[in-house]
Amino acid sequence: MTQYIARRLLTAIPTLLAISFLIFAILELSPADPVGNLPLTIPAEVREQIRETMGVNDPFVVKYIKWLRQFLINEPINLFEKATGITLSDSETRLRILSWQTRSPIIDLIIERLPQTLWVVGTAYVWAVLLAIPIGVISAYRQYSIFDQIGTLISMIGFSVPTFFTGLLFVIIFSVQLKWFPSIYNTTLRVTDFESFIAQLRQMFMPVAVLTLFYTAQISRFTRSAMLDNLGQDYIRTARSKGVKERYVVLRHALRNSLIPVVTLIALGIPQVFQGAIVTEQIFRVNGLGQLLIIAVQSGDLPTVQTLTFIFAILIVMFNIIADVLYAFLDPRVHYS
Amino acid sequence: MTTLTQPAKITLEKNIADKPRTLWSDVWRSFRRHRLAMVASVILVFIILMIVVGPLIWTLDPEYIDIVKAYSGMTPDHPLGADNLGRDTLARVMFGGRVSLLIGITAMAIAMTIGTLIGLLAGYFRALDNILMRITDLFLSLPLLPLLLVITLLFRDSLRSTFGPEVGIFILTVTVIGALGWMPTARLMRGEVLSVREREFVVAARSLGAGDWGILRLHILPNVLSPVIVSSTFSIASAIITESALSFLGLGFPPDFPTWGRLLFDGKDFLSLTPLMVIWPGLLISLTVLCVNFIGDGLRDALDPRLSRK
Repeated sequence: MTQYIARRLLTAIPTLLAISFLIFAILELSPADPVGNLPLTIPAEVREQIRETMGVNDPFVVKYIKWLRQFLINEPINLFEKATGITLSDSETRLRILSWQTRSPIIDLIIERLPQTLWVVGTAYVWAVLLAIPIGVISAYRQYSIFDQIGTLISMIGFSVPTFFTGLLFVIIFSVQLKWFPSIYNTTLRVTDFESFIAQLRQMFMPVAVLTLFYTAQISRFTRSAMLDNLGQDYIRTARSKGVKERYVVLRHALRNSLIPVVTLIALGIPQVFQGAIVTEQIFRVNGLGQLLIIAVQSGDLPTVQTLTFIFAILIVMFNIIADVLYAFLDPRVHYS
Repeated sequence: MTTLTQPAKITLEKNIADKPRTLWSDVWRSFRRHRLAMVASVILVFIILMIVVGPLIWTLDPEYIDIVKAYSGMTPDHPLGADNLGRDTLARVMFGGRVSLLIGITAMAIAMTIGTLIGLLAGYFRALDNILMRITDLFLSLPLLPLLLVITLLFRDSLRSTFGPEVGIFILTVTVIGALGWMPTARLMRGEVLSVREREFVVAARSLGAGDWGILRLHILPNVLSPVIVSSTFSIASAIITESALSFLGLGFPPDFPTWGRLLFDGKDFLSLTPLMVIWPGLLISLTVLCVNFIGDGLRDALDPRLSRK
């Protein structure tokens, strides 16, 4: 097992390098200009000098390697320094990846915005898991019952209706018509007392509900079909004929085995949580990672887009490995050697 | 015993005499039994008819501005209401549907072509298998929506100037969605091809002297087509959603060129004045995607005899 994990981690390195190169190459084609946001009064030759000092005219490979060094060496050292308080040699002069928009280090921007994304999208994901598994189990256990048919229909709807429509519908119903919840997420709100806590809950309700519906639909469909597969197996009949109580047959025998692929699916979905639901954050104006990406894309802020996209890619690759390892760990029939 | 076999024999002969049962008539018979898929097909046909034939009957120009009627509710003049400039929502929704559906179908065709080709090659030629599947894995690890946004932003200006604003964005959107959507099909196809490649009929064809391309085209492709058909329906659905999401984030077509996603984007600033501007296009996107997904489910059950229940 350790050997398998080690091998997977090693093969992830060339994959990630290839991805980083791809992302970097695509973005290098862009016409975006780092001095585009500066005041128009700056004369052309000064602009050219600024570009020169920023290394815009360097050859592609040089830029790529510089970026890679900043991303893989300088930024982690910086994070380490921040976390421990230990200062390593040249922390003042160490180059960091700067945003063209705010001129501040991108990693700091990300750390600033991560909590909002994790709170909103993460809460939705946890709710979805908690709701989807019981729904999937009951749907499968009572296949073709009313519960199953309604559940299947609702999950198909949750799966097909895009979040940008459910989001707007929620705004129309709950904030325009009923005036129950605010339509805009107030990011300056600090939870200090009970009242602000309630305000926080109210503003979280709609984005969380929209995303919960979407994720629940996906996970419950999957749980249902995994349960159906297992309920038809011979060992279930054996358990029943031995006189095992129905509850135990379903919860101990069938559910435990059905959860193996479900857990993998849940692990594979976690990078999505970090990506922040780009569209949902945009509707409710949650200033999370998804919104950071959109703003960076719209204003042609290349370093931010490169860094964010690459971090997302790392998360996807990592959670792919975690899902595979989890599968092997949970299912004794699977052997990786 | 004899009384039982007798009628069965008659129907069998009658069937042969009538006309031969083909694969497609079988698929149709079992598809008809999938109730939700049938309902979905009827609704989808209705939506397509509305989009294609509708503008011939409802001849109001989608760009005609009638500022007096701005924010109009549902009236005989504007059955689905009017937007903030008094443009007719029904006309705009029908026009937008043409674009959205065309994008869905074209992007699906691109994704299916690339996916099928890569899957066939990877499954059939062992030498190519490893490299092609590594590339597929690489593409699967890319964060798709961020990348879509970035590529759209980067190339829109150059394509716009060469092909004009509408055609340029159309080509860009369709290509990008297609080029980033082929991976699941490629994987699926490879698996199917692997399982068919060693069957007797392929060995027989090869021993009769058939070439690799002939075997791929005549013997393997027809046998692995059904998963492609099923995944193509889901692919249309996801292409429509992706295009709408791009338009919704403001990276799609120009403002005077309505697509369903663009209409939602335009309407979201007028939610308290006229929610109809958002409800109709949103309802149409959702209904179309829902129907396409149900049809996909029905087709999957119908095409795969192992899945057909009872």
